[in-house]
Amino acid sequence: MAFGWRRSHLVTEADRATFRTLHTASRASPALREGLTSASAERSVRHLRALLGAPALALTDTAGLLAWDGTGDHHSTHCPELAAIAVEEGRTHVAQRSVTCHVPNCPIRYAVVSPLVVDDLIVGTLQAFTPSATAGLVRAADEVATWVSGQLELAELDASRTRLMEAEVRALRAQISPHFIYNSLGAIASFVRTDPDRARELLLEFADFTRYSFRRHGEFTTLAEELRSVERYLLLEQARFGDRLGVTLRIAPEVLPVAVPFLCIQPLVENAVRHGLAEKGDGHITITARDHDADCVIEVEDNGAGEDPERVRRALAGDADLDSVGLGNVDVRLRDTFGDDYGLIVETAPGAGTRVIVRVPKFAPGVHP
Amino acid sequence: MITSVPSVVAVALVAVATLAIGTWGLRFSRTTSDFFVASRSVRPALNASAIGGEYLSAASFLGVAGLVLVFGADMLWYPVGWTAGYLVLLVLVAAPLRRSGAYTLPDFAEARLASARVRTTCTLLVVAIGWLYLVPQFQGAGITLESTTGAPPWLGAMVVAGVVLVNVLSGGMRSITFVQAFQYWLKLTALLVPAVVMVGVWLGDGRPGPGAGSGGDWSLPLGEGGGQGLYLTWSLIIATFLGTMGLPHVVVRFYTNPDGRAARRTTVVVLALLSAFYLLPPVYAALGRVYGDTTHSDVLVLELPRLMVPGAAGELLSALVTAGAFAAFLSTSSGLSLAVTGVLTQDVFRGTRLTGVRAFRVAAVVAVVTPCVAAVSAPDLGIAKAVGLAFAVAASTFCPLLVLGIWWRGLTDVGALAGLGAGFVSSGIGVTYSLSPYSTTGWVDALLSQPAAWSVPLAFVTMYVVSRATASRVPPHVRRFMVRLHTPEAVALDRG
Repeated sequence: MAFGWRRSHLVTEADRATFRTLHTASRASPALREGLTSASAERSVRHLRALLGAPALALTDTAGLLAWDGTGDHHSTHCPELAAIAVEEGRTHVAQRSVTCHVPNCPIRYAVVSPLVVDDLIVGTLQAFTPSATAGLVRAADEVATWVSGQLELAELDASRTRLMEAEVRALRAQISPHFIYNSLGAIASFVRTDPDRARELLLEFADFTRYSFRRHGEFTTLAEELRSVERYLLLEQARFGDRLGVTLRIAPEVLPVAVPFLCIQPLVENAVRHGLAEKGDGHITITARDHDADCVIEVEDNGAGEDPERVRRALAGDADLDSVGLGNVDVRLRDTFGDDYGLIVETAPGAGTRVIVRVPKFAPGVHP
Repeated sequence: MITSVPSVVAVALVAVATLAIGTWGLRFSRTTSDFFVASRSVRPALNASAIGGEYLSAASFLGVAGLVLVFGADMLWYPVGWTAGYLVLLVLVAAPLRRSGAYTLPDFAEARLASARVRTTCTLLVVAIGWLYLVPQFQGAGITLESTTGAPPWLGAMVVAGVVLVNVLSGGMRSITFVQAFQYWLKLTALLVPAVVMVGVWLGDGRPGPGAGSGGDWSLPLGEGGGQGLYLTWSLIIATFLGTMGLPHVVVRFYTNPDGRAARRTTVVVLALLSAFYLLPPVYAALGRVYGDTTHSDVLVLELPRLMVPGAAGELLSALVTAGAFAAFLSTSSGLSLAVTGVLTQDVFRGTRLTGVRAFRVAAVVAVVTPCVAAVSAPDLGIAKAVGLAFAVAASTFCPLLVLGIWWRGLTDVGALAGLGAGFVSSGIGVTYSLSPYSTTGWVDALLSQPAAWSVPLAFVTMYVVSRATASRVPPHVRRFMVRLHTPEAVALDRG
């Protein structure tokens, strides 16, 4: 008895009901976090029905049924009509007349329909089919619909984050354009009379460089391809700056086949050129790629003005005000692809130059050039 | 044993040079300010030399000649198998494995079967095969040092283990393709020059040929003992032909190739290089029958120049061979130790409190010290025989995984686990039997001492049957993965 008393004292029946509810909700949430599709509805509708304790539950989008769980399948034909009313009214309503049926022993008499709202927009409905429509049930259906809407909003957030990354990669491709294109063409133009052969070569390099940078397909490339593009970029910059820009490349041939995210070195080199040349007027860039057991280590180093480490930290944390082109973007893409162990490492101090270190595993599942 | 000053100097030179290259070589090899280095990938010929440099171990350098000397021409199946293994690799594995993007064997298993458990199993197998292969390397080092300086055998094992450990910890010369390629040519020269001189001496002497007076048995390519001899020969052929593809330090070299086609070309060159090299140990064995005795078979290669060529010239030739042998121990052991260290760091120490450089160092110590202790305490099987066991394990485990994984869509993770288990246990029984003091005769002895002929088919069948039984577990991405494996890179198509 004493044991039973203590037990009920520590975990009351109400507590247990709460835990059960939370647990059921947590089982529905992973599917909903993928957004509202028939696949995710199919997987979550069971748990949502358990949550409400209704004989049948349906999830719809604004036009039609996505998933049905429970008894009385013949009622699923009503779903589109009920969804249309909810979209029209924009709030929870109870329908009786439209769900009447003459099937014997069918427990369903009422439908409680709640809209699912994401970003002030109705994306679907939650429909509970029940023998009676109490105020408590309506309230519960309303709350569950709000919770589902919250999960769908989070899904939307995930999706927009992915879209943002893609947009940033596209922006990186575009970002190369205005200044660099103008300056390169200017530099090439200056050679047209004095050294036509070199002008022709540079123009071809320019064509190859832009073709690579603007390519549309493929998230990954090989380190060899990426470095080839970097070399073209540096050739064009050298045509412009002449002897003021020194370049050293030390590339271990063993790591050239490694798969890397598209445009993950290029922005770092652009930064290095900009910082390296910014204040002193001449600078030296060193790019090394080393074989390190199961990893490949790439370093981009300049001997320029350096940077306040705090500012770099903010740039890596995603502060867009700073003019470190793509540093944060490259960092996030590396982490997303290979895990948090593989973020960018930046070594810098004012007046001491900057070294950016990229570590890439030789193999990661799903990463193919 | 007589202490030979030139040989000691040669051993010391090789050890110091290895350490020096390991410590400073990285800087020399990579200082270049050339443009367009990025387009200079490793050429197949260079990569093939590097594979040869890493692959030709103490077993090839010392063991083969000793075995042929004692047991006769049937032992030539060892070098034939070690070379032909690359033919199987070329036809079945090289290009698809490269296209899979895998760096190690566990990587391939994970990419193909999308299973962490298969990956872990493969990791353990890499460690087991690596250690089994390292033990005879260290034992070979022991007897080499014993033969040249009279030092106790454990000292040589410790010296090589120490040099290898420092080498691995310092970042590893292994990663430099050029250094490994140089090792091949050093080993070839170290065997070739004394062989040419000794054949000249033999021709000058006008002694009878090596086959004389043996009744013809020595030059027969089959083992003695009727059916059992035939079984042993076939088992050896299966182990060596199919085991090469499962060696951890060989597979990682293929990653350096830029594409599948280059991987195939590399393998062809490897075949040529190994064929050239393996012509030499039988020459030593044949001359050994004329001039030497059959008591110290594993050090025949080291002693023969001294026996045949009198005076300082013989000493120098002996020193050259000793240097080559030491280079063989060091390069193979470094490669294997680094491969074992790599998988230990990646898969075993991940998730523990050890991280980064410390995990790597601890893994390196574990990877080197364990086989070194085993080498000192385990019985001496003969280098080539012990290496043959490592091949048998590799052939019974990784060969079915690679061949079925590359050529059969139906392989499942459960099937792979079952097959790997069956192959490892059955070949492991053979290894345990060979290492234990217990021995028997007749068919039981034959089946246990060369298990490959039954353990390899057993592993294949288990993998196939269990995969069929669990057909619902075939990974969903398998078709796309197969397209990636089997279409040349030059073909433009969406590889997903």
